[in-house]
Amino acid sequence: MLELKNIYKTFNPGTINEKVALNGVSLSLNDGDFVTVIGGNGAGKSTLLNAVAGTWFVDEGNILIDGNDVTRLPEHKRAIYLGRVFQDPMTGTAATMEIQENLALAKRRGNKRFLRPGITKQEREEYISLLASLGLGLENRLTSKVGLLSGGQRQALTLLMATLKKPKLLLLDEHTAALDPKTAAKVLSITDQIVNRDHLTTLMITHNMRDAILHGNRLIMMSEGKIILDISGEEKKKLTVKDLLEQFEKASGEEFANDQALLG
Amino acid sequence: MNIMTLINALPGAVAQGLIWGIMAIGVYLTFRILDFADLTVDGSMCTGGAVCIMMMQAGFGVWPSMLAATGAGMLTGLATGIFHTFMGIPAILSGILTQLSLYSVNLKIMGKANQAISVGKYDLLVSLRYIKGVPFYQNTIFVVAAFIVVLIAVLYWFFGTELGCAIRATGCNSSMSRAQGINTSFNKVLGLMVSNGLVALSSALLAQYQGFADVNMGRGAIVIGLAAVIIGEAVFSKIFRNFALRLLGVALGSILYYLVLQTVIWLGIDTDLLKLLSAIVVAIFLATPYWKGKYFSKPTKRGGNTNA
Repeated sequence: MLELKNIYKTFNPGTINEKVALNGVSLSLNDGDFVTVIGGNGAGKSTLLNAVAGTWFVDEGNILIDGNDVTRLPEHKRAIYLGRVFQDPMTGTAATMEIQENLALAKRRGNKRFLRPGITKQEREEYISLLASLGLGLENRLTSKVGLLSGGQRQALTLLMATLKKPKLLLLDEHTAALDPKTAAKVLSITDQIVNRDHLTTLMITHNMRDAILHGNRLIMMSEGKIILDISGEEKKKLTVKDLLEQFEKASGEEFANDQALLG
Repeated sequence: MNIMTLINALPGAVAQGLIWGIMAIGVYLTFRILDFADLTVDGSMCTGGAVCIMMMQAGFGVWPSMLAATGAGMLTGLATGIFHTFMGIPAILSGILTQLSLYSVNLKIMGKANQAISVGKYDLLVSLRYIKGVPFYQNTIFVVAAFIVVLIAVLYWFFGTELGCAIRATGCNSSMSRAQGINTSFNKVLGLMVSNGLVALSSALLAQYQGFADVNMGRGAIVIGLAAVIIGEAVFSKIFRNFALRLLGVALGSILYYLVLQTVIWLGIDTDLLKLLSAIVVAIFLATPYWKGKYFSKPTKRGGNTNA
């Protein structure tokens, strides 16, 4: 479904701030894989996701989604294949537009936008039932501005928007990191529910090792722009946080002293 | 200070306010919806009038001339849009570059700094002379008001379409828009074109109204536009929540601006100071939300209830 071939990305090359963010990453995701990505700060997790999403172009290597080479495809054209949820709840939605308008924007992802109505009556019915399935009471607030929602509600809405039109690949960039633990758990369970319902191929970054173990069928760990660990299937089910920490130290040869990573 | 001179001057102020109201709606589209402070308008506020008057002098009718003026205005927006999206120049600077180049372009369109058009010789749609003593359907206030109603209806429809929603989303959150497959560069350019088309249309009406186009007629237009937007929001935002009504509020804001201006002139203030006063008033209004947040902060409801 997703194929990364030897991806390199360096930020600010030739300056004092030069940073090799991706250092020869290759990764192949099968249809229906739910992969969790962990690693310390600056390991290249978000860079990996942004490379797939097309926030900028990679320096070297190729990116294939569902067999299509998207390496040089601009961000808004790649969106046809992708559903994305960001770390910051403000990023994924348009605050000054209504809930239903946000959903209607997402519904038209990948379509040419012309002078047809921005939202239709039938859609509204569909959105009401979809919002009801979240269990957050949003189904009664179709015309509320998204800016009035809480962070958790906005992330849940963003998830809905990302998957309203079934994506080939769902990209979750620490989408619960900015939420309180209870809300984070709720958003994660909604994530599981949607991913399982639609059998979505998913790439989820998390800082929380326990979440990384609990969710998905495959786990990769990154360090210094490389994938240093790739565990799936039965082996992953048996993983513990302690195992992961040991694996990390073994693979990277350094103390994994990142507070956030230990929080699990 | 004879109150009758003021009262006699009011219909003219209303007519001018309405004409500038169309321009202010254009400014609202970029400033509030696209979140783009577009300085192109200082140039396009002359381009429209220049094109309209030169076409009419060449024998074209008033409608084709105004259509061409609108088209020319859209081209100025296209130029700014290309500076910004294709060439990566910051928004403000893109507008300034177009504005400066338009000074030359406007001179070339007109051939000299000023071109007059006489209401006696040409069949104008609006004029200073059409304020009193003409049938109501010929009255400039009625004609421009009708124009504004039609424009607001069209804009209301347009910003409810898929394309219009995409423009609004682009102005509100461009990362989200791209993630939803919206070409934000295209939408910015389109928004700038629509906005400057309106500004040029307003300019074409203004040139007819005052009977001439002048290369300096757009100077400071952005400030007048912003003043109208801000006054409109300050006075009507509590009652006008719907998008169409907000646009109406902007047009009414423009009328209020001209009524205040007329009163200030009547009070005998040196007219040389008017632009300074306008700028100060706009600066204070723009600063108000910032001051409120900084010095009078109290728990407020969560984010964004301003635009789109």
